[in-house]
Formats: sequence, C-alpha cells, structure tokens
Amino acid sequence: MENYIGLAVKSIFVENILLAYFLGMCSFLACSKKIETAIGLGWAVIFVLTVTTPVNWLIDNFLLRKGALSWAGLENMDLSFLRYIAFIAVIAAIVQIVEMIIDQYSPSLYAALGIFLPLIAVNCAVLGASLFMSERQYAFGESIVFGFSSGVGWALAIVAMSAIRKKLQYSDVPAPLRGLGVTMILTGLMALGFMCFAGIRM
Amino acid sequence: MKKLFSKKEKRIVKEGFWENNPVSFHVLGICSALAVTVKVETAMVMCAALIFVVSLSNVIISSIRTFIPNKIRIIVQLCIISTLVVVADQVLKAFVYDVSKQLSIFVGLIITNCIVMGRAEAFAMTNPPWRSFLDGLGNGLGYSLFLISVAICRELLGNGTLLGFQVIPQVFYEMGYMNAGIMLIAPGAFFLLGVMVWIQRAITGYTEE
Repeated sequence: MENYIGLAVKSIFVENILLAYFLGMCSFLACSKKIETAIGLGWAVIFVLTVTTPVNWLIDNFLLRKGALSWAGLENMDLSFLRYIAFIAVIAAIVQIVEMIIDQYSPSLYAALGIFLPLIAVNCAVLGASLFMSERQYAFGESIVFGFSSGVGWALAIVAMSAIRKKLQYSDVPAPLRGLGVTMILTGLMALGFMCFAGIRM
Repeated sequence: MKKLFSKKEKRIVKEGFWENNPVSFHVLGICSALAVTVKVETAMVMCAALIFVVSLSNVIISSIRTFIPNKIRIIVQLCIISTLVVVADQVLKAFVYDVSKQLSIFVGLIITNCIVMGRAEAFAMTNPPWRSFLDGLGNGLGYSLFLISVAICRELLGNGTLLGFQVIPQVFYEMGYMNAGIMLIAPGAFFLLGVMVWIQRAITGYTEE
C-alpha cells in the first residue's frame, strides 16, 4: 500500500508528467485559456489515462514483451517492436469506446467532455504514460496507480495554468511575448515550484 | 521539362521553416522540443528522425489521399505515421544505440507529435506528393531550427560543452565561472523556449490576440 501511495505522490508532484517530462504540452497550451475548458479536459485525461495504462499493460505483458506469448507456446517470440502501433491503436480505440459509452449513459457528462475526447487520442501524455509504464516495467497494480496519478498531475497543472492565464489578462505583456512566450515562461516558474516536492520521501 | 523547384515550391519550404514555423507559430510539437534538448547530440538525432517521419508520411498520405475515406482518415494517418516511427526507431536502435537509449520514449512520441499529424491533415490531404514532401521537409527543418538552438543554449550554458567537447576554457572556471545548472532541468527549457519564441516573434512581427 505504501508503495502505491509513494508512486502516486511521485507521479503527481515530483515527476509531474507535464512539468518534468513535457508530455501533453500541445493541448496544455491550446486549452488553458478558459478555466471551464481546462477542468473538462483535465477530467477526460484522468479518465482515459486510468483506463488505457492498465489495458496497455495487459497487451504488453501478454502479447508483446519477449517471452510474453509463452501461454500460446511461443517462448521465443519478441513482438516489442510493435509496441508503438499496438499502444496507439489501443488508445484510439479506447477513446472511441469511452466516447460511445459516455454518450449512451450520461449525456450531461458527454456534453461537458464530448469535444475533448477525440483530442485526447493524440495527447502525448496518454501515449507517454503507456510507454513509461512499459519501459519502467511496472506491475499491474502499479500501472493503474501510475495512470491515474499521472492524469491527476496533468489536470492539476492545466487547471492551475488556466487560472494564472485568467489573471494575466490584466497585465501589460510586451506584444511579441503574448500568448505562447509568456505561457512558456509561466510554465517554467510552475515547474520550479513543483521541484520543491522533490525533497519529499515517502 | 518542369523545373524541380518552382518559385512556389521554394516558398513552401521557406514558410514551414521561418514564417509559419511549426513550433513558434502553430505551437505544435512542443513536448519533444523540450525533453530531448539537454544535449545537442540527442536533439540532432531526434530532428533527423522527425524530418524522416514527417516528410515521408506527407508523401505517402498525399499519394493515397484520394482513396482514404474521410471518416477514418485519422486512423489511417496514425497507422502510416506509427509504421514510419517504428522504422525510424529500429534504425536508431541499430546504429546509434546509446542515443536511442537516452531518447527513451520520445522517439515513440513522434507518433503523437502534433507537427506530423498537423501537416498530414492540413497539407498532405489536399496537395500532390512532391509539394507535400517539401512541406514536410520545411516544417521538419523549422522544428530542427528551434530544437537545435535550444539544445545549443542548454548544453553550452549548462555543461560548458558542445556535442560533448569542452568549449568553455578551464581558465574561466578558475576565474569563478560556474555552469548554470538550471539549464539542465525542466524549468530552464521552458524559460529558454519562451525567450526564443519572443525573439522570433519580435523579428517576424507576429503577435497573438
């Protein structure tokens, strides 16, 4: 249990997937102009990451890894070069399924998240989390915790950034620095802030 | 015979490289622009891989663009792109294994690099193969411009080296010069990119809002 809490704290704060690994920057920059959008996208990312990381873990450990196909009698098969294609296909499919399920059972949630779901299929944070999971050889339980807490970390960062950008509307920023430039510098300051958590040992 | 580079085709390359630079103008592909720039060497390998993927995926998608059903075009594009990325990844693993270890997951992340998808969607779906190739090349080079300049700043200021060679002479350190450690960590990359976008936009005169 402690192990899981430690992993969660580590992936939310210390190794925040956005601020330390720069994953999901594109939608972070594009969708942080309004707080409502940021919150909606944050929820959608948490949801998709929590589902896709364990599913990709299963795919990786029962189909792709070297020796993973031993249950089918193929001990020497190594399909790990197919990892990228398999992962992105799983993510795209799951995003599609999630979209259909939400549409069917909770139209209000669909109305709130609907437009963001297709965007998430190409969010590098989702693919990145799956690839990190595979590279670091997490166990199944860890992969669920890792997926969920990476999503929480990402959502936290984008909501905080959209709040800062709202305040920023009243500031006099030099014209060429407006938009992307100043957002990058702000993200840098946020990343510095998050580095304080590095001292925490669980 | 038709000239290989008409005026318009030169223009396509130049637009991707400078005025409509994918990183600073369209805000695409930032993720990897920051993550692989601690060293110039990794940045260069990453750029080569990206140029390869973006120009070839543009050519392939543009040559089959009339057969792709509109509804499933994203999946088709993703398939083509990820196949190319797998090829690039295997080549890197075979020839520059150390660098590919350092790049870790970021080669794989070329799949979701918005530059590749963005160019496929915005240019290759509506233009003939040769022009799409040039567009991919121009955008790839524009991306490399940012990536390599960020990497040069980070390695020079953070480590005092370029491509692994000591550039800042020992005398400086004896006089009290110190490497700026902040350049090697994430915030340094954010600051640098922010400042570089500022400079580029001040020159081209582009502003948001």
